[in-house]
Amino acid sequence: MKALRLVAIGWLFQMKMLSRSSFDGLLGILWPLFFATTAFFMFRTSHDSRALLYAALGSSVMGIWSSTSVAASSALQRERWYGTLEAIVGTPAHFSLVLIPITLAMSTVGIYSMAATLLWGRFLFGIGVHIVHPLLFVIAVPTTVLAIGLLGFLLSVTVVRYRTAWALGNALEYPVWLVCGFLVPLSLFPDWVRPISWALAPTWGVRAIRQAALGGAPLWPVAACIGLAALYGIAGTLLVDTVLRSARRTATLSLT
Amino acid sequence: MTSLRIFFVGGLTSYRALFNWLTPWILIPSFLIAPLFQILLFAYIGRTTHLESDRFYVIGNALQYAAVPCLFAMGNTIGGERFQHTLPLVLTTPAGRLPLFIGRSVPVIANGFVVSGFALVTGSALLGVHVPISAVAPLVLVAAVTAFSCTGLGLCNAALGLRVRETAVTSNILFGFLLVFCGVNVPLSSLPAWMSTIAEGLPLTHGIAAARQLAGGAGLGKVAGLVGAELLIGCIYVVGGYALLRLMEIESRRRGTLEIA
Repeated sequence: MKALRLVAIGWLFQMKMLSRSSFDGLLGILWPLFFATTAFFMFRTSHDSRALLYAALGSSVMGIWSSTSVAASSALQRERWYGTLEAIVGTPAHFSLVLIPITLAMSTVGIYSMAATLLWGRFLFGIGVHIVHPLLFVIAVPTTVLAIGLLGFLLSVTVVRYRTAWALGNALEYPVWLVCGFLVPLSLFPDWVRPISWALAPTWGVRAIRQAALGGAPLWPVAACIGLAALYGIAGTLLVDTVLRSARRTATLSLT
Repeated sequence: MTSLRIFFVGGLTSYRALFNWLTPWILIPSFLIAPLFQILLFAYIGRTTHLESDRFYVIGNALQYAAVPCLFAMGNTIGGERFQHTLPLVLTTPAGRLPLFIGRSVPVIANGFVVSGFALVTGSALLGVHVPISAVAPLVLVAAVTAFSCTGLGLCNAALGLRVRETAVTSNILFGFLLVFCGVNVPLSSLPAWMSTIAEGLPLTHGIAAARQLAGGAGLGKVAGLVGAELLIGCIYVVGGYALLRLMEIESRRRGTLEIA
């Protein structure tokens, strides 16, 4: 119960912090819109309203990953700059319970972008989103946000020794958009790409959202998303312990 | 002689000092990996929508990615100085503003050119796009002219840096506008008329069109008009950017906002 309370309050606190800069907020919404607009123009040539809806739903999830990839990869570095890393590492709570709300808040902010993309598609391109399973859609979206947030948590811990990890997070934006099938069916890729796609929760998240909206069986992708999210959480937690032990032993916690 | 020194030595020193993306840890993911995946992303969307060939996306995105160094590095000429608290010192020196600001853009043009060249070569190799040998030299020229015109827009971005705090945000937004408007992934004929009209006045549009024709077998003479238009647009942006920088500098002095934007 204590752990849940810590995650909830940490998440709320981080959400407030992330919402402070209107400039960053504007970029967070605009950036995926540029790509969504290009995709809408490209898909529009097919004159198939279903293809446009496919593109709109895929583009809408792009923003969730964008808001997470760069920010999560540099999450610990940012705490170093703020001078708060030692303080949050020194708290009695397990460090993963402090870090998870940070990355969850980053992926949650992506919902603004998701809504903006769907509204953009609706009003500028006439893409109406008729949701076949509204209840499952409402389940699929937060599940995707949770899974992407936990993927961000794993990423933030994995690249902790990489001093300019934001650049790596930046470079990971396109590959995930591509191999997770946000805008391109996985069947178009070579066979060796598919296992990579399956190991990434956004693949299942976007599939769940699409199947909830367009019709299908979204429960399986939702279950895969939750399963992968749990795996990311466990792996990240184990890695956090190793990383912190190493940083304490070598006294490098505050070094940039 | 002093102006020449400020232009070349000052420009290079400033570039090395302020554009901290030159470390391999940033350079490799930002300039080598990201453009390739942008090419792959749009080439695969193109294969899904059957809109254009792979060559169309390789050329469009490779040339467009020159905008990243051109916009971000020029933005850093102001933002970076402010971050290091050296902006007032630079702007109180008696150095001529023309060599000071324009000199800073020369290494940036070279950077943009190299990024485009790398993306063009590796993107073509990855997707099996064939470019005639005879088109290589003209393509080099077009890539250089395109990097120049993008740097002109970067100079305007640097000027905005005297009024807004986050040049990285403005750089990203300008990059996005170029992606949507300049026919990078969608032929201008498929865009609404008002968008293609705006595109005619933006860097990249004519350069990308020229490069596509060259890769399709056209001679340099056939695309001379497009290359000339790209060069002219670049010159207009350089002059406009320089004027804007001077104006913003005067305004910042008057308002006392050089360090706070």
